[in-house]
Amino acid sequence: MSSALGSMATATVSRAGLRFSLIGSTALLIETAGLAKISLQQRILALSEAAATWPEVSETVPGVGNLMLVLADPRALCPDHLVDRVAALWPGLKPLPLTGRVIEVPVIYGGALATDLDAVCAHTGLGPEALARLHSAPDYTVATVASAPGFGYLMGMDPRIAVPRKSVPSLDMPKGAVTIGGPQSGISVSRGPNGWNAIGHTNLTMFDPGAEPPAMFRPGDVVRFSIQEILA
Amino acid sequence: MIEILATGPVNAIQDAGRFGYRAQGVSTSGAMDPVSMRAGNLLAGNPETAATLEIQSFPLRLRFTASRRFAVTGAVAPMTLGGRPLPANWTAVAEAGEELVIDRPSRGARCYLALAGGLDVPDVLGSRSTHLRNDFGGFEGREIRPGDVLGAGTPFAIRAGEAGVVSPMAHGATAFGTEVLTVRAVAGADLDMFDAGRRRAFWDTEWRITPQSNRSGYRLRGEALTLPAPVSLYSYGVVPGIVQVPPSGEPIIQMADANTAGGYPRIGGVIEADLWKLGQAAIGSRLRFERVDFRTAAEAMSEVDTYLAAVRRAVGLLAG
Repeated sequence: MSSALGSMATATVSRAGLRFSLIGSTALLIETAGLAKISLQQRILALSEAAATWPEVSETVPGVGNLMLVLADPRALCPDHLVDRVAALWPGLKPLPLTGRVIEVPVIYGGALATDLDAVCAHTGLGPEALARLHSAPDYTVATVASAPGFGYLMGMDPRIAVPRKSVPSLDMPKGAVTIGGPQSGISVSRGPNGWNAIGHTNLTMFDPGAEPPAMFRPGDVVRFSIQEILA
Repeated sequence: MIEILATGPVNAIQDAGRFGYRAQGVSTSGAMDPVSMRAGNLLAGNPETAATLEIQSFPLRLRFTASRRFAVTGAVAPMTLGGRPLPANWTAVAEAGEELVIDRPSRGARCYLALAGGLDVPDVLGSRSTHLRNDFGGFEGREIRPGDVLGAGTPFAIRAGEAGVVSPMAHGATAFGTEVLTVRAVAGADLDMFDAGRRRAFWDTEWRITPQSNRSGYRLRGEALTLPAPVSLYSYGVVPGIVQVPPSGEPIIQMADANTAGGYPRIGGVIEADLWKLGQAAIGSRLRFERVDFRTAAEAMSEVDTYLAAVRRAVGLLAG
């Protein structure tokens, strides 16, 4: 007999190709194995949508290739029952279709706000213009909105411009910075510390607490960067 | 209703927190010690989740511009109303013009000031808590400053008299300890990434809360829980209480203002029933983690219920 999730004997259980773990008494984490791809992410989003209707779940938070379920009433819950429910649903779960929304993001590449442009050019061996063209060429997909208010994790970047996160974060990155973090791109949503590499900026507002929903991006949106300007 | 005369940094309006927007990237915010926050509201005759002022830097000095019942709960801190000393965890009625002074606590880290009627600030995304990093909620989306005037809603109940309760730190149902705080934790997803010695060190070490600690997270010093090689994970959902280990090997407990996602290895998760204790754990104090199973973790919330029931009974004795 395998150990129950949440017992003293084990920190994780694996079922249906998924790995389950707990965060205290507050949440259940469900992780897929291997590389995060759009099609897998769309299945994560489908699982998120399904689980959001379950009475034992108060909030669902999709990550990149994983999903967190916040528990509505831990005292009334047996974690293994929730694991069973997810494991039964997952194998037959179809990818959630993309939203069909396309959001254009004009970018000013380079300039004083692109504090990491030189480092990214050095790492990739590209000039600013070639970098801007490669960055703005593909359609990106919003994998999830997480971490900071309205922050979209964008999948689909050209692997030639992937750059590791910085070991020493910028302490005061401005809002609207267009960044590269590993194989992903993103747009900073507030001023503050940030470990991603800034290559440009946009004047779009990504989060408005007075709007419903407050985040401009939704998981499954398509994002197109366009070159507004390239500053030397 | 109250005019702030003097305050340290990062004192801000908090309620029970902002829920339902984590999938928009919005952290929950909310009181670091929600148990004392709720007790303060009960003493002031409010619904438990009304907006309060969280005070974590002292002294705080304010003037009442009108007569109003108030309560101060949480840390045991010297307090005077119009020059008259008041006990900690106490409710009284201030007269117009009277000054309330709350000084540095002798025990605990955070006080909660509740006014009858609740602090009157707009509801933003379902909560009145201040989202300090993104400048919304609370009072103008920011910490309070000298000169700010905070209003309160219409009192829910009119009562006379003064009363106090014991702090949750001193209540039998909610063991807080004196020397080293023990917080209970469930094993995290990546515990087994660490070798046996470091796993043991996580549970056995008396950790110290470093000065690099705030409402977003507590950075701990003790053993270095390093891995043979840095591990980078896909960003996953984070809730307050998760204990992560960045490459430096110094664990971080994510707290109320934590981002909703993170990427460091997860070694454990502090149980919800003990999060308030962390809210009262001062910088420089020591703590250790005690491993519990999920069932124990979930049932432990009854300790908080028992304490708040005692507060409700005490409030019921106030003259109507």
